[in-house]
Amino acid sequence: MGKPKVATTSLCGCFGCHMSLLDIDDRILKLIELVDFDKSPIDDIKEFSGRCAIGLVEGGCCNEENVKVLQSFRKNCDILILVGECAMTGGIPAMRNTIPLKECLEEAYINGPTVHNPSGKIPNDPEIPLLLNKVYPCQDVVKIDYYLPGCPPPADTIWQALVALLTDEPVELPYELIKYD
Amino acid sequence: MPTTDKTKRIVIEPVTRVEGHGKVTILLDEKSKVKQARLHIVEFRGFERFIQGRPFWEIPVMVQRLCGICPVSHHLAAAKAMDRIVGGENLTPTAEKMRLLMHHGQFLQSHALHFFHLCSPDLLFGFDADVAIRNVIGVAAKYPELAVQGVMMRKYGQEVIKVTAGKKIHGTGAIPGGINKNLSIAERDELLRDIDQMIEWGKSAVKIAKDYTVENLEKLAPFGSFDSNHLSIIRSDGAYDIYDGGLRAIDFEGNKIFDHVDNQVYNDYIAEEVRPWSYMKFPFIKSIGPENGWYRVGPLARVNNADYFDSPLAEAERKEFMAVTNDKPNNITMAYHWARMIEMMHSIEKIKELLNDTDLQGTDLVVKGDRREETVGIIEAPRGTLFHHYKVDKNDQITMGNLIVSTTSNNEPMNRAVQKVAEDHLSGVEITEGLLNHVEVAIRAYDPCLSCATHAMGQMPLVVELFDCEGNLLDKKQK
Ligand code: SF4
Repeated sequence: MGKPKVATTSLCGCFGCHMSLLDIDDRILKLIELVDFDKSPIDDIKEFSGRCAIGLVEGGCCNEENVKVLQSFRKNCDILILVGECAMTGGIPAMRNTIPLKECLEEAYINGPTVHNPSGKIPNDPEIPLLLNKVYPCQDVVKIDYYLPGCPPPADTIWQALVALLTDEPVELPYELIKYD
Repeated sequence: MPTTDKTKRIVIEPVTRVEGHGKVTILLDEKSKVKQARLHIVEFRGFERFIQGRPFWEIPVMVQRLCGICPVSHHLAAAKAMDRIVGGENLTPTAEKMRLLMHHGQFLQSHALHFFHLCSPDLLFGFDADVAIRNVIGVAAKYPELAVQGVMMRKYGQEVIKVTAGKKIHGTGAIPGGINKNLSIAERDELLRDIDQMIEWGKSAVKIAKDYTVENLEKLAPFGSFDSNHLSIIRSDGAYDIYDGGLRAIDFEGNKIFDHVDNQVYNDYIAEEVRPWSYMKFPFIKSIGPENGWYRVGPLARVNNADYFDSPLAEAERKEFMAVTNDKPNNITMAYHWARMIEMMHSIEKIKELLNDTDLQGTDLVVKGDRREETVGIIEAPRGTLFHHYKVDKNDQITMGNLIVSTTSNNEPMNRAVQKVAEDHLSGVEITEGLLNHVEVAIRAYDPCLSCATHAMGQMPLVVELFDCEGNLLDKKQK
């Protein structure tokens, strides 16, 4: 039997959670002894190549594409872990939820002090995905197994959770690793 | 764009290592020649609108959530803007130097990550090397020392950020008018312990980038290249600076378009065009206009713009770099890598200089003065010039926010690079995985924002689909 596989994705997030994963520094060499990376923005694999033991999801859902990717993660991963506030609550991007989407778009593409837009059009090409009216937390879309809070969760939090799950130990994170900022 | 009459459409999606999510579309005419190639940025956040109504002091910690790869850049640009709101723009030496240290730590971690984790596989193994080895794990297997060096250099930069900002990602160190902590002796000594190792590794990194560029100059010079204007901030004496200075723009031959422009009037000089096919705008120099006024930012533009570096090792490297183009601006896309490593060398030298400065142990951290209600903060982020512009009302609430992030300024250049590589390498030939990587290599040279984390384990996943004139799928290559 081969090594278990881990997949990761960044939906409507800032990649800070992926950066925090990289902050495990040289332990990354140990990690790739324990697992193979499957579909992830940090490697070449675009479609799931097989069943994954663990899926790590950063960011909430702000467009149709995010929803599709999240559903494919649920379908292909045994354990789905939300990493960071954006995935759990929508995070900072969800601050747009109190404002009509149209106003956000107009501010960016029509009203801004440096905007040059003689046609007055907001980007609408079929090549760019449709935005959702609101930014949705991932657990509103699919069932989630574990949550790692923090913005981003510290590297040690991600590391300890992964190692526990991969070695069949209970995930018992010490108090100082549970952060909410 | 949907296919029309006799065109074929190739899609590269997702280009995951650009600003979250992007894709490339390439249209071929009936002779399979490239008609149009575009990089679309498909993400939209809406920060400009939803920060309205928030108290101004929240902004430096909030806007960095735009980007977890260079959060310090947004943190500091917003803090510089808010300094002016509280009339505290003349920082105490301790505050200014703590911020400088934070910023150089950021340059070190960001440039190391980009160079070692992402780009070194292309340089070491070749643009069309086997996918299985053309990633950082392949590098770790074949050049273990180099891979560890990359990881440890990034780690050092992150440690510098942690002791200055409080956290490696999304820290809180800079506050309006100053900073919220100084550097303890213990923190300083911890960092000083490894700094000479960083200097040595920095030298070897510049050498790798330099030797690679010089040895392959003939092949690299035309690759995704074109003449362009260059923009960055510059210190009042013309020295390279990433934290403060006026705006300088030069044309492709080095003639000055403007110089030492006051940050507060940036919008008299720069505007951003909206195009329907991308959520990312297209900035240009107003006096030249949208057609030809676009410009490059980032390491290449900064090294081209600088009269000198005020640190010896980087300055010696700059001279060698400029000699390649006879002291005229270098317009070679792939020269970004070399320029980036020269900058990393400079940041390591500056970190050492700052760590030995006792001002960092000062206790005078915050200043305040006459309040203002409009403000601009501009700094150089690892990827280029970053503009933050805000208005605040009498209740301290934000009423207007305008951000031009670094990668936005490189939007047109990246599109030109994609177009050029597509024309030179994809016209009239069968698509191979190696050719796809050529498109990636050109985009990657610009180190687009939000992307470096995704570069970290190897190559960006791409799908290219080739459609016939009727829109039927002819060929699909995936890696
Ligand atoms: S939780 Fe924080 S670090 Fe993670 S994606 Fe969201 S803003 Fe970025």
